[in-house]
Amino acid sequence: MSADSGKELRIVGFLCNWCSYGGADTAGVGRFQQPTDLRIIRVPCSGRVDPLFVLKSLVNGADGVLVSGCHPRDCHYSEGNYYARRRLEVLKRFLPVLGIDTRRFEYTWVSASEGQKWKTVVEKFTEGIHELGPAPVIDATMIAKAQILAATAL
Amino acid sequence: MKIGVFVCHCGSNIAGTVDVVKVAEEARKLPDVAFASDTMYACSEPGQDGIINAIKDLDLDGVVVASCTPRMHEPTFRKTLERAGLNRYMFEMANIREHVSWVGKDKEANTKKALDLVAMAVAKLTQGKALISKKFDINKRVLVIGGGVAGIQAALDCADGGLDVILVEKTTSIGGKMSKLDKTFPTVDCSSCILGPKMVDVAQHPNITLYAASEVEKIDGYVGNYQVAITKKATYVDWDACTGCGLCMEKCPSKKSTDYFNEEVGTTTAINILFPQAIPKKASIDADFCIKLIKDKCGICAKVCPTNAIQYDQQDEIVTEPVGAIIVATGYDLFDYTKYGEYGGGRYPDVITSMQYERLLSASGPTGGHVKRPSDGKEPKTIVFIQCVGSRDKSIGRPYCSGFCCMYTAKQAILTKDHMPDSQSYVFYMDIRAPGKLYDEFIRRAMEEYGTQYVRGRVSMLYPKNGSLVVRGADTLLGKQVEIEADLVVLAVGAESAVGASKLAEKLRISYDNYGFYMESHPKLRPVETNTAGVFLAGSCQGPKDIPQSVGQGSAAAAKVLVLFSKDQLESDPQVSVVDIKRCVGCGKCIETCPFGAIEEIDFRGMTKSNVIETICQGCGICTSTCPQGAIQLQNFTDNQILAEVNVLCQQTLEKSFE
Repeated sequence: MSADSGKELRIVGFLCNWCSYGGADTAGVGRFQQPTDLRIIRVPCSGRVDPLFVLKSLVNGADGVLVSGCHPRDCHYSEGNYYARRRLEVLKRFLPVLGIDTRRFEYTWVSASEGQKWKTVVEKFTEGIHELGPAPVIDATMIAKAQILAATAL
Repeated sequence: MKIGVFVCHCGSNIAGTVDVVKVAEEARKLPDVAFASDTMYACSEPGQDGIINAIKDLDLDGVVVASCTPRMHEPTFRKTLERAGLNRYMFEMANIREHVSWVGKDKEANTKKALDLVAMAVAKLTQGKALISKKFDINKRVLVIGGGVAGIQAALDCADGGLDVILVEKTTSIGGKMSKLDKTFPTVDCSSCILGPKMVDVAQHPNITLYAASEVEKIDGYVGNYQVAITKKATYVDWDACTGCGLCMEKCPSKKSTDYFNEEVGTTTAINILFPQAIPKKASIDADFCIKLIKDKCGICAKVCPTNAIQYDQQDEIVTEPVGAIIVATGYDLFDYTKYGEYGGGRYPDVITSMQYERLLSASGPTGGHVKRPSDGKEPKTIVFIQCVGSRDKSIGRPYCSGFCCMYTAKQAILTKDHMPDSQSYVFYMDIRAPGKLYDEFIRRAMEEYGTQYVRGRVSMLYPKNGSLVVRGADTLLGKQVEIEADLVVLAVGAESAVGASKLAEKLRISYDNYGFYMESHPKLRPVETNTAGVFLAGSCQGPKDIPQSVGQGSAAAAKVLVLFSKDQLESDPQVSVVDIKRCVGCGKCIETCPFGAIEEIDFRGMTKSNVIETICQGCGICTSTCPQGAIQLQNFTDNQILAEVNVLCQQTLEKSFE
């Protein structure tokens, strides 16, 4: 997909160690071919994902961010993914306030045995990001716009 | 900081689709990287020696290995670092096999991705620091959940190894599925003759405490120090007084109670002892059928009991046991064949499951070992066995092979001929799977010595005709339809995960697969471990298994527990949260969110602060993402470390745009 067209986009993944990272491993062991855009950051639990990590990625030029944890009720730490779900849902609603397209951020649940599902998740998300294209670059005109807005808002 | 990067070829596993030489070359240019090279097999002895030599020669501070998943070899390389005199946590892995070379074919894109992953690992490591483990005491007692043959074996091995064992069994007797079997393949020896003595050993072993009719309610704590709450379900009989004489069973007037042990072939009394060889041999009352408990009448058992053991007002009781490790051996359940319309969906009494047939064959079963078909009690002459009922069928969500059905069907065909020499058995099969020792020979015997007719094909429908059942199916070898008039149809039902398996997994914090079977830590190299330290698996709860495999796993799990307990103290994982006392404002949010109660409030020079109890902290990091001050940081996954990785990937900084 991306590699074929020669235009890779920047997608950051935050995966919990016990389920989704294992699921991505299982997908690898099963040789399920996936688009190559995604770069995975391993975290112990989806509850470790600070929404600011997602924002930092998006603001600094990521075209898409994907967070994946254990299925609800199946968390290695009992309830970490519940915290993740609440925080990330709030984050999702907050993104438009910052002028970020909500479609650039997604969270999902993939267990360690679901290699096939992981492939589908990666394919779908990558496809979605490619449809959106690269994230808008913050350039001088945008900064100027923001400065005017800041000045007039007061 | 001086970091060494080692990029593994993994034979052609990685080098086939990633330009490892280029990755190493580019890695050398990264900041803080003092050395980078590619290596054939980083995990092999020469590979590890290469790492050690580089650390010593170049005085490296940290190492990044780009190879397989850290879930596989992180412990291996951490040991390598220790051998070279470095702290084991000055190490990061870049997963360029499972996440790169195995999932993409484009070499150029893969190489780029691999380099990014290496750069991320390097950036994370530059923010890392050495961590030191602490030691803590352990409680050398083990909890075994499930008293089937795997649990019995595990309990006996642990107990013989000198450990205190708590064995919890859901039903009123241990023995599990094996105790229901008449004979076992491939030796055709009596199941209760080989299991019975083991059950007695459990009852008599001084190190084993048996809780029958009990279930695990709650599990708190961590490896070495678990607190397990066990519910002892009300049996309405004082088991200390009950002698198992069986007088109550003789006199009980409620004779239509569901007979769970005999798979509902026939009925039993409301007060009953599960089966003659039951351990513990104690009576219990089925509250759904007891006249005294339903209508407050009767009370005959209390009158006849010579030891006054009957207690109609008995309540569930909860006991707490401290243990250091847990072996899960909860087994499997049988597939509900009524999902299949073509086998009658439960409408025909003469279509029975293999386990029901096993009870009919058993001398201690409801028919005393005489095969009588359920509809009219006649002895069947033609018996059709249908295999793969609930196995290898995607349409009902059971794509896996249950593994033992081919074998037990052959055994039942042999036993049928032994019981009724003038009978004829037919087996409808898909493929014969007999990969064990003496297994294929056994199938051959069923075919050749016992004249069982094997028909390769599926059954499309069953219908009653003149008191028997017509089985219509395909013979794919002859390429035509076959119809057999059968007196009895036996369905070789497959195995599925035990009822309630997922609920128990949540209590144990272990994971399970799509079908509810528990996940082992590694499918090949860590088959009885789970990803939760101190929790081990044995038997069919991990996937369908026959008796030898279950016993093998029971012993393996016991060996793992004995290894764990061979030390008096365990080393705690230092990847725990640490509070920066200067930054902590004492808001207590971390205390509220911690799922383990690992954070306490302390008084620090008159100020309220949080403090992490290291041995309880499991390292999830929920507190770290909760703390408004960033004062509590999960070691090795600190904000700085994760952001360093983010920064490698997303380099469009606002500051740059402002310039």
